[in-house]
Amino acid sequence: MNGDWSRAARSREGRVARGMIAGGGRIVSRQKIIELLEAVIEPGDRVCIEGNNQKQADFLSKSLAATDPAKVRELHLVQSVLALPSHVDLIERGQVARIDFSFSGPQAGRLAKLVEGGRIQIGAIHTYLELFGRYFIDLTPQVALIAAQMADAEGNLYTGPNTEDTPAIVEATAFKNGLVIAQVNQIVDKLPRVDIPAGWVNFVVQAPTPHYVEPLFTRDPAQISEIQVLMAMMAIKGIYAEYGITRLNHGIGFDTAAIELLLPTYAAELGLRGKICTHWALNPHPTLIPAIEAGFVESVHCFGSEVGMEPYVAARPDIFFVGADGSMRSNRAFSQTAGHYACDLFIGSTLQIDLAGNSSTATKGRIAGFGGAPNMGADARGRRHASPAWLKAGSEDARNTGMPRGRKLVVQTVETFREHMEPAFVERLDAWEVGESAGMALPPVMIYGDDVSHIITEEGIANLLLCRTAEEREQAIRGVAGYTQVGLARDRRAVENLRDRGIVRRPEDLGINPRLATRDLLAARSIKDLVRASGGLYDPPKRFRNW
Amino acid sequence: MESPRIPVIAGVVGSGNLEILVEAEGPADHCTIVVVTAAAGFGVIWQAVMDDFVARHKPGGVRLSINDVGATPAVVSLRLEQAWDAFQGGSA
Repeated sequence: MNGDWSRAARSREGRVARGMIAGGGRIVSRQKIIELLEAVIEPGDRVCIEGNNQKQADFLSKSLAATDPAKVRELHLVQSVLALPSHVDLIERGQVARIDFSFSGPQAGRLAKLVEGGRIQIGAIHTYLELFGRYFIDLTPQVALIAAQMADAEGNLYTGPNTEDTPAIVEATAFKNGLVIAQVNQIVDKLPRVDIPAGWVNFVVQAPTPHYVEPLFTRDPAQISEIQVLMAMMAIKGIYAEYGITRLNHGIGFDTAAIELLLPTYAAELGLRGKICTHWALNPHPTLIPAIEAGFVESVHCFGSEVGMEPYVAARPDIFFVGADGSMRSNRAFSQTAGHYACDLFIGSTLQIDLAGNSSTATKGRIAGFGGAPNMGADARGRRHASPAWLKAGSEDARNTGMPRGRKLVVQTVETFREHMEPAFVERLDAWEVGESAGMALPPVMIYGDDVSHIITEEGIANLLLCRTAEEREQAIRGVAGYTQVGLARDRRAVENLRDRGIVRRPEDLGINPRLATRDLLAARSIKDLVRASGGLYDPPKRFRNW
Repeated sequence: MESPRIPVIAGVVGSGNLEILVEAEGPADHCTIVVVTAAAGFGVIWQAVMDDFVARHKPGGVRLSINDVGATPAVVSLRLEQAWDAFQGGSA
């Protein structure tokens, strides 16, 4: 090696020098952004286009997809999501050789076609923490295109409430000879606070429009069904109360929104205020407002922000993590870590569950990925601190013999049929076929069956911890699978036996009358109710306003 | 049953929902159920839902008219319980 230990550093120096010429300085005008990208990106580079299910570096992404494919090519994309049309455009233009990502959501169909057509290779679909982890091991970006709210003339960045993935991406890139290019909404004289120091940022461009932020975590209470209210009652009475769940994460969806809106009403009537749901790893869900206002909640750490919740969050610094400047600070890597290690329960919905309890959101023709759910929805095998909920779940776990240990509660809540009568329970997950057609090493399973502790449906709760054999587990799942083929094929006697043992519990076994499951129980029945509950602080996006 | 057994309607006509009319009709050991639905191919599931309902409540001397607008079995079961409860003079 002749003592040459800084080739990558010299490569960065070269890129910066070329970028300074192409961009005309550190603060680049938007007209020169394509030239800049063509000057600093080399064929085969690992490139991260920042974006999650919330904020997106959309201007940089669009600009990248407008570069000359002869210059910018064979890229290896390493990023949280492939959610923007421009992400997939870049692939269709033949500029990408390989992708490693976490979630594709709205582009899942287009992505599946490109993979099947052999146009792109998928390295792996990761969880967020897993991908962040690889940024520091073998997938360190050579170029990171990030999004911030503001920059100052020196290049310091303010990321504000939507800090999200930025610190993890920049840390890995800037300290391993990579290049960081930031799009900002505004360039100002003085930032409210510095979230990313200028020394870690190479170029800044003011985008023509503010970066896109998706209000992904807003659920209109008007759309919550009575079945979802019933399932929320079962979750609260049959799981939250019984295990004493104080620290938790909710997946996004109407099922969990229903639980949040039942806390100030149903849960309060059960005397559970202060006994459940006090500490959260959760985005600022508008549907949590009534529970916060009712004094149910002590603390919420957020992965990202939510459009329209900023003023409310800023006015509740005792609850949320808020900077000295008065605006929230989110951080996906830390919140995912919190959800994995410091929460006793994860609850979320899914599209398909098989007879072993494996669950997946991959359906035929769609490569959707799974974002953060597997980090939350997995028993933390490295956890060592005890809590009553964790110990109780551990004492029920039939696999725990000998050495005592705890167990995270991982709950899947699904109505047995989704819309268009698609069954949520299947003998074989579509994930097998999706994995095969995409040439993946493994079927893309979101939550493995051995991590799932409970399944809630409108028919009842199956406690999988208490099952002693694979057969019992299968019958427990069939026993809550309703009128799906999986449910109809149950061994009725075996299910009744499981019911006697408390492994399958019906609403009546929990003292819940399904006829009382009405929308009247919801603490807010519309977006307008949420605004009112927030004292007018919540400012919902236009599309959620109908008044 | 000493309740007046006046006809009752439960549910609403709306997407993903359904409406059930319960009326006194026919002999005490008979129950007539009529389902109107645009969704073809779910006969087995309807039969299973109705079998469970009949086994649970042993409804006699009644006619149930169901106007379905794409309700899931969960919603059907819930509405049946609500309709039956109201017909029995429970929570109307």
